[in-house]
Amino acid sequence: MILLANSLTSPAIGLVFWSVLIFGLFFFLLSKFAWKPILNAVKARDEMIKGSLEAAEIAREDMMRLQSDNEAILRKAREEREVILKDARDVRDKLIAEAKGKASEEAEKIVEKARIGIEGEKRKALAEIHDQVAILSVDIASKLLGEQLKKTGEQEKLIDNYLKEINFNKN
Amino acid sequence: MKTKLVFFFLFFFLLTGTTLTSFGQEGHETTEPFDASTFIMDHIADSHEWHLWTVKDQEGHDRHIALPLPVILYSKENGLDIFMSGKLAHGHSYKGYKLEEGVIIHENEESNSGEKTIPLDFSMTKSVVGLLFSCIIGLVLFLSLSRSYKKTGISHPKGIQSFLEPVILFVRDDIAIANIGKHKYEKYMPYLLTVFFFILINNLMGLVPFPPPFGANVTGNIAVTFVLAFFTFIITQFSANKNYWKHVFATPGVPLWLLPVMIPVELIGIISKPFALMIRLFANITAGHIIVLSLICLIFIFKSLLVAPVSILFVIFMDCLELLVAFLQAYVFTLLSALFISLAVQEEHH
Repeated sequence: MILLANSLTSPAIGLVFWSVLIFGLFFFLLSKFAWKPILNAVKARDEMIKGSLEAAEIAREDMMRLQSDNEAILRKAREEREVILKDARDVRDKLIAEAKGKASEEAEKIVEKARIGIEGEKRKALAEIHDQVAILSVDIASKLLGEQLKKTGEQEKLIDNYLKEINFNKN
Repeated sequence: MKTKLVFFFLFFFLLTGTTLTSFGQEGHETTEPFDASTFIMDHIADSHEWHLWTVKDQEGHDRHIALPLPVILYSKENGLDIFMSGKLAHGHSYKGYKLEEGVIIHENEESNSGEKTIPLDFSMTKSVVGLLFSCIIGLVLFLSLSRSYKKTGISHPKGIQSFLEPVILFVRDDIAIANIGKHKYEKYMPYLLTVFFFILINNLMGLVPFPPPFGANVTGNIAVTFVLAFFTFIITQFSANKNYWKHVFATPGVPLWLLPVMIPVELIGIISKPFALMIRLFANITAGHIIVLSLICLIFIFKSLLVAPVSILFVIFMDCLELLVAFLQAYVFTLLSALFISLAVQEEHH
């Protein structure tokens, strides 16, 4: 009994040898062919989950940023539109005003030209009338001289008649 | 669990069936009392054969039915001898070898001086065979697990993975990372996992009493726990950094004149840590086996079947407790190994 108890608490050399051999082999084979791939797979999965979560978070942030970006762009576009419209209105107004100014100027110019032309014509006409009147008056005078000059009143009436005649003929 | 209980009852009825009848007959001839301690020690101690059961032959003698195991002996005088243990059974001697109280001795026949020598015994004993089978089971289990990981890749765990992965993650997160730290734990993971599952498988196999690859008291054998503790010791010492040795040989804050006292104390501390590991596992598992066997022995001590139901109830209770202890001791051994490693690799922090 004591011997058995003794053998229980004193390691047997043979069993120590076999334990080292079997446990060592077990340790080696498992480390090489089991734990390495298993731990790598678990780690890869953990990292993938972590990476996916991070990527999702980044994507969410990107979305948020894009959304706010979009809003900013829209606001800017609206502002730009306003500016462009305002510019266009200004340009239009300016163009209209310019056109108006130009047109009235042109009109004035035309009127002026016309007036000058009319004036010229008038002067020419007057000069011609003058000449004609002179010639006519000479003619008339010669005629009157030829007929007998009696009354000044009649003379004048005659001149007027002649003048009227001439004027009609002319125009 | 269920099969374990079935095995247990099988074992129990085999015991009662064979031994009770033998006692019934023996009662008339000799009044040899039932020796419980021998019975228990026979079951716990290592053996050169795997005892299955005992029957009575016509002459009323006990006949032990046992699986013979290979005996491997070496001595300087006789060289290497390999034979099956059946040749030494029933007190026979073979080539001068003889079994005496579980130890193989060699008697020199030629000189007739009766001189006994004890050869180096590398026999594949009951424990070695149990150890071998538990490692084969472990290898099959974890190699198939690793193959299934190659198949599933990084998708969610399936089948056997969903059963074993939580345990592996538990060892990683709650034992390795919790003690050694995030930066250094990876190097020690293979050892911690191996030691955890080695102890667990052997504990569980030791709880199943029958048939042969089961029921060997492997983790309750001091040689096995010695080897495990020795591995932890070696790994701890080889991974120890400068800081650790400084604490051993020049403990900070200790005056110089105290060092001659402190250094031996620290050296004893280095040895006592794995020594405690060895004793703890050995004692826990052996104690469990002793209690279960003692409860069964009660039936034979009282020589009454009426004790049997009480014994069985207690044994079932003890078996449940032992199941817990099987996991607990695997956990404790691994945890303390991780702790000792962490002490050795710890960086200086002030």
